[in-house]
Parts: sequence; C-alpha cells; structure tokens
Amino acid sequence: MAAVASSARSLRGRAKLLALGRATKPIREATGIARAMLWTGAAITVFFVVLALFASVISPYRFDQYQSHGVRFAQLAHPSAKHLMGTTVQSTDVMARVIWGAQTELKVVVIALAMALTIGVPLGLISGYFGGLLDRLLVLLMDALFAFPYLLIAIVIAFLLANAQGILTAAIAITVAYVPLYFRVVRNHVISVREEPYVDAARALGARPRTVIRKYVFFNVVQNVPPIATLNAADAILLLAALGFLGYGIQPTQGAEWGYDINRAVSDATSGIWWTGLFPGLAIVLLVTGLTLLGEGLNETINPVLRRRRFGRFEFDALSPGAMDIEPLVEEPE
Amino acid sequence: MSGEPLLSVRNLRVYYGTPGRPVRAVDGVSLDIGEAEVVGLVGESGCGKSTLGRGVIGLLPEGARAHGEVVYGGRNLVGLPPKALRALRGPELGLIFQEPMTRLNPLMRISDHFRETLEQHERRLTNREIRRRSLETLGRMGIPPTRFRQYPHEFSGGMRQRIMIALALVLRPKLLVADEPTTSLDVIVEGQILALLADLKRNFSTSLILVTHNLGIVAESCDRVAVMYAGKIVEEGPARNVFAEPSHPYTRELLRSTISLDTTELHSIPGAPPNLIDPPSGCRFHPRCPEIMAVCRERAPIETHPEPGRRALCWLHGPDGAIPPGGRQRLEREAIAVAEEA
Amino acid sequence: MSAQTRDLSSLSELRSGVSTGEPLVAVNGLKTYYSIRGSFLDRLIGREGAAVRAVDDVSFDLHKGEVLGLVGESGSGKTTLGRTLLGLVPATAGSVRFEGRELTGLPERELRLLRRRLQVVFQDPHASLNPAMTIAQAVGHPLQIHGMASGDEIRLRVAEVLERVGLAPAEQFMDKYPSDLSGGQKQRAVIARAIVLEPVLLVADEPVSMLDMSVRAKILELMLSLKQDFDLTYLYITHDLATAKFFCDRIAIMYLGRIVEIGPSEAIYENPRHPYTQALLRAIPEPDPRRSVPRDLPRGEVPDASRPPLGCSFHPRCPRAFEVCGWESRDLRDLLEARWSGLEEERYEAERAAIGNLDVLDTPATRVRLAADGERAERALGLLEQARDDDPNEPFWRGVRRMARADGAVEVEWHDPLSPRLLQAGEVEVECHLYDEDALRRADELRHETP
Repeated sequence: MAAVASSARSLRGRAKLLALGRATKPIREATGIARAMLWTGAAITVFFVVLALFASVISPYRFDQYQSHGVRFAQLAHPSAKHLMGTTVQSTDVMARVIWGAQTELKVVVIALAMALTIGVPLGLISGYFGGLLDRLLVLLMDALFAFPYLLIAIVIAFLLANAQGILTAAIAITVAYVPLYFRVVRNHVISVREEPYVDAARALGARPRTVIRKYVFFNVVQNVPPIATLNAADAILLLAALGFLGYGIQPTQGAEWGYDINRAVSDATSGIWWTGLFPGLAIVLLVTGLTLLGEGLNETINPVLRRRRFGRFEFDALSPGAMDIEPLVEEPE
Repeated sequence: MSGEPLLSVRNLRVYYGTPGRPVRAVDGVSLDIGEAEVVGLVGESGCGKSTLGRGVIGLLPEGARAHGEVVYGGRNLVGLPPKALRALRGPELGLIFQEPMTRLNPLMRISDHFRETLEQHERRLTNREIRRRSLETLGRMGIPPTRFRQYPHEFSGGMRQRIMIALALVLRPKLLVADEPTTSLDVIVEGQILALLADLKRNFSTSLILVTHNLGIVAESCDRVAVMYAGKIVEEGPARNVFAEPSHPYTRELLRSTISLDTTELHSIPGAPPNLIDPPSGCRFHPRCPEIMAVCRERAPIETHPEPGRRALCWLHGPDGAIPPGGRQRLEREAIAVAEEA
Repeated sequence: MSAQTRDLSSLSELRSGVSTGEPLVAVNGLKTYYSIRGSFLDRLIGREGAAVRAVDDVSFDLHKGEVLGLVGESGSGKTTLGRTLLGLVPATAGSVRFEGRELTGLPERELRLLRRRLQVVFQDPHASLNPAMTIAQAVGHPLQIHGMASGDEIRLRVAEVLERVGLAPAEQFMDKYPSDLSGGQKQRAVIARAIVLEPVLLVADEPVSMLDMSVRAKILELMLSLKQDFDLTYLYITHDLATAKFFCDRIAIMYLGRIVEIGPSEAIYENPRHPYTQALLRAIPEPDPRRSVPRDLPRGEVPDASRPPLGCSFHPRCPRAFEVCGWESRDLRDLLEARWSGLEEERYEAERAAIGNLDVLDTPATRVRLAADGERAERALGLLEQARDDDPNEPFWRGVRRMARADGAVEVEWHDPLSPRLLQAGEVEVECHLYDEDALRRADELRHETP
C-alpha cells in the first residue's frame, strides 16, 4: 500500500504520458502506404511551417521589398542568381513573396481553424448530448450554412467585414465556412457515443452532465478531429488563395498571399512570363498535397477499419512448433 | 457416418495478421463432415471455432490467411480462386450469421431477397417457380405467405433468423455453417430455431456445422461434436458419448462449469484461455488442467482414438510409446497467479 | 474444498441474512411508458402516437439482504424496470420507495446524492467501461464525483477494492485500459466501480450473460461473497433461469411489462405455475446427453409491446389458454397464417381469395366481419369450420363465441377478455386465469352458453 501512495504523486504525469503513448501507438505502428503518406505529408507540412516561422531569416528580401540600397530591382526579371524565382511587375522578389506567403497562409489558416474548432466542437458536444430544442435550432442553422459553398460564404463575410483588418477578415470568413463541419462531425459522433453503456454507467454513478461530457464523451469523440482538421487545413489554404485571387483577402500591404500573386500573374502569362504565376501556384499545390497526405495518412492509421486491411504479411511455418517436439517413437496411429 | 465425407478438413491453419506476429486462431485442425449430419463446433470465446466455421467456406475477414486443405467435391477450397469459391457459396455452401439483419437488406422486400438469390444461382427458373420455391422454403420455416412482400424491419428477431435460414436453404446447399445462430435470441425462440436446424438433415438433406459456445444446444441438437481450445480440436465424437463420458479434461471441466438447472455446484476453470500469438508449450491446456502430467508441459499431445469414432488430443490417452519415461507423473497444477484469472 | 467449487448448502448460507420488516425497496403500481412518435401527420394534428408499456403496473418488495431475480426475455421490461428503479428513466406513474424515500419524481440533484447507495452493474463488460479511462480512473471516478476522497486516498481506495474483486496485484491493473483486459476482468472492474462507494443496493443487469461459461461461476461467486461482506441487496436481472436459480432467493417472471409469477426460488423451480414459466424452464438447453431439442415450446414470439394482445398478453402462445384469456381478431390472423405456411400454392390462393383482405384483422377487436361479399362468405365460413375440424384442440377455438353468416358476410365473435390478476397460489403469486376461481367460473358459464 505504501508503494501505491508514493506512486500516486506522479499519477497525473504518468497517466498523461500513458494516454499520449496509447494515442500515438497506431501512428508509430503504421506500415506501408499509410506510413509513407503520413511521413511524406508531415515532411512537406513541416517544411512549410519552418518557412513560415523563420521567413524573416530564410527569405533574402521582404515581401514588399522592391529595392535594395536604393536600387530598384528589375521588373519581371527572369529567375537568376540574384532573384532565384524572378521578380514581379512591381519589382518584388517572387521567392520572397512565396516564403512570406507561407507565413500568411499558415497564420490565417491556423487562426481560422482554431476559431472554428473552439466554436464548432463545444457546440457539437452540447447539441449532441442534450438534444432538444437547442439541438434542433443549431442543426437547422448549421445545415443552412453547410448548404452554401464555402467560397460563397467566405466572400460574403469578407465583403461584410471589408473595413476590418485583412488577416482577421480572411480568418473569420474561413471560420464561418467551416464551423458547421466540425459541429456536424462532433455532434454525430456524440449522438452515437451517448447511447453507449459506459455513458449510461457514468450517469448511474451520479456524474453531472458536464462531467459526463468532459470525461466520457469528449475523449472518445475527439480522436476523429485531427485527420479532419488536417484535411480541412488543406481545404482552407485553397479557400484563402481563392479569396486572395478574387481580391477579397489580404491586402497587399499586410503580407504576401499566393492567391493574390496568381491573380496578378494572369496578365503576365499572356506575355510569356511564367515565373510570377508558377511558383506561387506550385507552393499552393505542394502545401495542399502535403496536408492532404498527412490527413489521409492519419485517417488510415487511426481509423481501425482501414488499419486491418494492411495486415496479413506473414508466412506459415513448415509445421507448427508443437509437432516439432515429437520424436516419432511409434508410428502415427491411424 | 457412412461413406465418403461431404467435406474434409485437413491440417487447416488460419492465422490473423497483426503488427507483430500473427494470431494463430486455427492451428492445425482436421475434421470430416458427413452427408446429412449435424456437427457442433463448441468452445469458449477465442478458441477459433468461428474462424474455423467461416474458414471452411472461405469467408474470412481481411488480414486472415488460410493454409491446409478443405476438400469438397474433390477440390481443395483453400487457395481456390475467389470466383470459383463464390460460385460454390450459395448453391453448395451456405452461412448463417448471428445477427440476421446483416444479411437482409432493409430496403428490399423479402420476396426481392429470394428472387435475387435464385436468379443469381439458378438462372433458368421462371418467376412462378421462384415464387413457389421461396414460399415453400419460407413455409417450412414457419413464415406465412401473407408476409412475403414485407420488409425485414417488419419482422421480429426470431422471424428474421428464420428468413435468413430459408434464404440459405432455398438453393438447397449441401452444407450450411451456422455461426452462433441463436446467441442473440431469447431462449424460447432459440429452442424453436434449434428444432428447425436439427431437422435440416431430415427435411433438406443438408449437413450443418453449428458453431456455438453453448454446450446445451450442442448436446440437444447435434449428431457429433468437436470441442475446441486455443485453435485446436481437443476432442471429437458422437455428441451423446462425448457428453456422457468426456475424454478430454477440458471438456470435463467445461461441462462441470456449465450452469444448468441440474447443477448443484458452482464450478469454474482457473486461469484464462491462452494468448494465441504465443501459446503455451506442450499441451495448450496444461496450465489449467487438473490432471496435468510431466509430459504435458514438454510435448504437444498426439491425436488418439480412445474409442472407435472418437478422437482426443490428450496425453492421458497416450499413445504410450510417445511418452518418455517419467512423463506420466502427475504434477500439481501450478498456482495460477491471481492476475491471470479471467 | 477446491477453491473452484462451492456447493449449494454453503451458498444458501451466504444467501441467508434476509431481514424482515420494512422493505429496502417498495415498488407500487409502477408504470413506465414510452410514447412512440406518431407519423408526421399525427404530430401536426397533435395526436399522440402509440405508447409502449415497457413496465405496466408492477409491484413488489425487496428486503435488505435479499437477492430478487427479475427474469424475462427481451421485451419483458426487466431492464426498463431496473433503470426506472435507478432513476435513469423517468417513471410514468406509480411509486418506488427506497429506504422510505420516494424516488419517482425526485429532482436529478437529489437523486444524484442517492446514487451513492444505489449502484448498477450493466450487461456488457466490453462497453461499460470508458475506453478513454484507465481502470484506476474509472473505478476512482465515483469517489471523485461524490467527493468522498481525493488525491492519494482515491488511489488507495481503488487499489483496495480492486484486490477485493480479484484483480490483484492491483498495481498491475490500475494503469491498464479496458481494451487490455479480458471479459471477466472487465466485469470485475465494473463490479469494483459499483461497490467502491459501498452501496446498499446493487442492480445487476445480466452481469454474466456475455461471459464464457468457465468464467461465469467466478463472477457469481464474487458477487455472492461481496454480498456477505458488504451486506448487499441485489436485484438480479436476467433471462437465464439457470443462473437465477443459484443466485436468487426470490424470482419474479416478467412478460411484456408485467410480473406473471413471483415467489421463492425453490417454489418456482419445483412447481412452476404460469404456462410461460413452464415454457421457459423447458426451453433451457441442457448439456445432458439424454435430452433432445424440446418440441413442445409455445409458438410465436414476444409480441410488439406497443400493441399488446387483449386480455392476458401470453394467450396467443399459451397451450392452456381458454375462453376468457383475451381472444381477438389478430389471433385469427395468426391462425390463418400458420395454416397457410407450407400449404400448396393453389390451395393457399383459393383460401386466401375466400377470406379476402386480412388487414381487417389487424385492429384488435372481439368481433369482426370477413368476406363481405355474399358469395365468398359461404366459402370463408366453410374454410373456418374446416380449420376447426383439422385441429379442434387448438385453444383458439375455445375463445370463439360465434362464427356465422350475417348480412352477406361472415361474422366471428369472441368471448369478452378478462384481464388476469396477480393472485396467491400456494407459495407464489401468479397472474394467470388458470389459478383464478372467478375466471374459471366465468369460463364455465360461457361454455354452457355457447351452442
């Protein structure tokens, strides 16, 4: 019993570590295609995250820098040693804009998803657990929002908030577009978990609803969220780029944005100038692909149904070990 | 059992893949099923009976692989191309599940289910014949023709099970595998369904493999029984004989543990079924066996015939020649750590 | 004595200690009805849908130290009754008094306080434990909820109770998750969680039915020894009469929301009175080499609880039903359908044509008109009389008062149903007309009335 008491002190820390270990177990055990997807996607995503975090260090120039030591950069210059990805019509360096663009993209998307999760998940939990009138109203609202194409909602919000700061506007627009998704996913899962015997048992123990939701429902429901959030991030990048392309997103003074750059590059293309559009475009494709691979990889590893498919790589021994123990002293009976 | 067996299982192994070493769910099983015979496959959870039952007709889940022989109609079903196996499943081999709703499409009427099954496997039947065959089979299962065009959800659990059995039987298969067909049903309905199943051989000349954990229903409805433990058949023979005088200690212990109206003592088997990834050395039951001998720990038992028509996998029945000197010495069953209790 | 074997005599020692006097739980006229949502149109108009009478006027007492078995098949209402007792489901009417306090209608707050003394063990060990909590967290949570201990002390108490239920050494199980445990171990953990608060009453809903045979006895033994050590009272809910025989002092047999027989365990098993109880006992599979599948089981299944049969709910399946048991139009439908199952198609078609649309038989009534067009009526009547001649011992016919041509149709009329009453019959109470003098007398009168 003394051993028990002393170990109780480190109980919380140990329990958390154990829980973490268990949660990541399927990821560590991933094999084959899922593993490849997971780690490739992670690598790409991490690459862009690094770009975003250390943009000021990595990038040779600032995103709106069109001169250096008083000398204006060449306009629409071919990729060269000085400007690895060329320059735009405004004499800004394309590579700088790509790198700084990563920061903008990730900033907006992270804020937006964080807000969407903070609103969508709790609403989904409460709505799913308690049901009733609140649930019906929320579902009606969320389904209505869900019915609109993301882009449309985002444009409307961006339009309505035109006076507000660019990054926040874009983030809010994206948030509103995606809250229904998280709400729906979480709510549906809660409804099925709610009927599980262990939730019933919790009520029978005398737990209050908020305890039940917190300890019994939340953890079992939340494991669905990371793959969805990752795939969602990919989608959000595209959405942001679309907003920027249409001119509703970040203002050029606030930061570089890939979609905006592509918009500017459209007119360049007719003149045979390919670098102003290609590199931002590639950046979008690469980041979105990376996030998608990561998300699908997570889905494959975490989702138990998909996991089972990849087993079965074993060989049958010539004979089961038991048979090997026998020295045939007598002939086998008929 | 007279004549050639209908189906012959020889040294069948079915393993399930895992991130580590495979689970040896069925580990070297041989069994013959005769014509018009009801064979019970009985054991506790994890013994491999369900895997064996499904493995016999080639319906294994993803990640499972089979090795060995399942000889039917002169062909080995293990390794048969999926298309050929599918052609057999239905007209020759059938499966009944535990949950009747899994096979019945909630969006299709019962009549549609039958039509689809018959059209797929017996193309030359006219509509009238399809209806007649369906109604006849359903009638034998106690489903009235007035309900032929209803949907599955309009039937109770027991009736759905009857419908599923009828659906399997309408093609007149030679062999039916029933995987825990009555486990989810109430006891009176269970009795009704078992009566139907026990009569299959008489009414349809169909053989039945009845997979269950319930010794009582096996004793009442089966001709022969095979008792499974940890992926192996530890005892097999005519049901009456096996239950009246079991040869294997596990069968004995299982019978004693079964709580029925006649039981006067509560009895259980210490310990828990073994890990199938890494089963115990020697006889797999030895850690829990009340009659363990020295040899049981060292060597896996050889199959013997304590009587004609019966098999046992237990050193208590020899063969004497294979037991090394001192092997017959009785040991104390090792104190099972409380932590290993089920 | 081997640790694994315990005989009946010492079991009854464990079972004794039943106190007399004020019952621990007194249930009176308890009703739990669920309303089924009607069609959209119904809801629009404001018409209520049908009601499922999951628990339909149940009364019994539970004394301290006693084990009462609630036995029934699915649809019997036994689980709902258990849950109503625990307050997990609101009662529609009636009263449940626990330690003298009225439970029905108690606000959730106060009910939560009582939960310390009223605990439950559910059926499915694989689903009763939160997959996201370790065993220590799960078993310790009740202590946290009720503020009975905190921090280190919780862990100590948890270790104590884990050892008590046989999960020893406790350290080995505390940090495991449910998926790491076997079925029997999980059920022990569930029991540990239920007793950690030292409750007074434990409702056990099928605690062993999902466990293997070799494990059941261990858990039952555990429950019995806990009963002795903690002076527990059990309400044991099950469909398995065999385990109930061991475990219970008294047994209540339930059918479609009502108690149809209740009495001391020995009396029920030695001399079952209600035909349903008799059928249940016959149906239990026994691993006795001399037995074969019982062939005399009642036909059909437990009926739809939202539309129970008239009179006695068991009458459509009862081999001994008679005049007053509640015969009605739906029974005629069952009879015809049974007759037509397996009949040659031509005969079936002909008979079906004669009777016409069976849907008129779906509305429960004691009088019905069939085959309303004159020509068919003759054939229909002939068919019914033929059916009676084919099987005159079928109880259905005793319920038919009149079967004749009338206004160009066939009219069938049945005797008025009597609702069965729970009456004393020897050591047990049984709800069956066979043991009701008034009902038997009435049936006699009716028999002499009918031409």
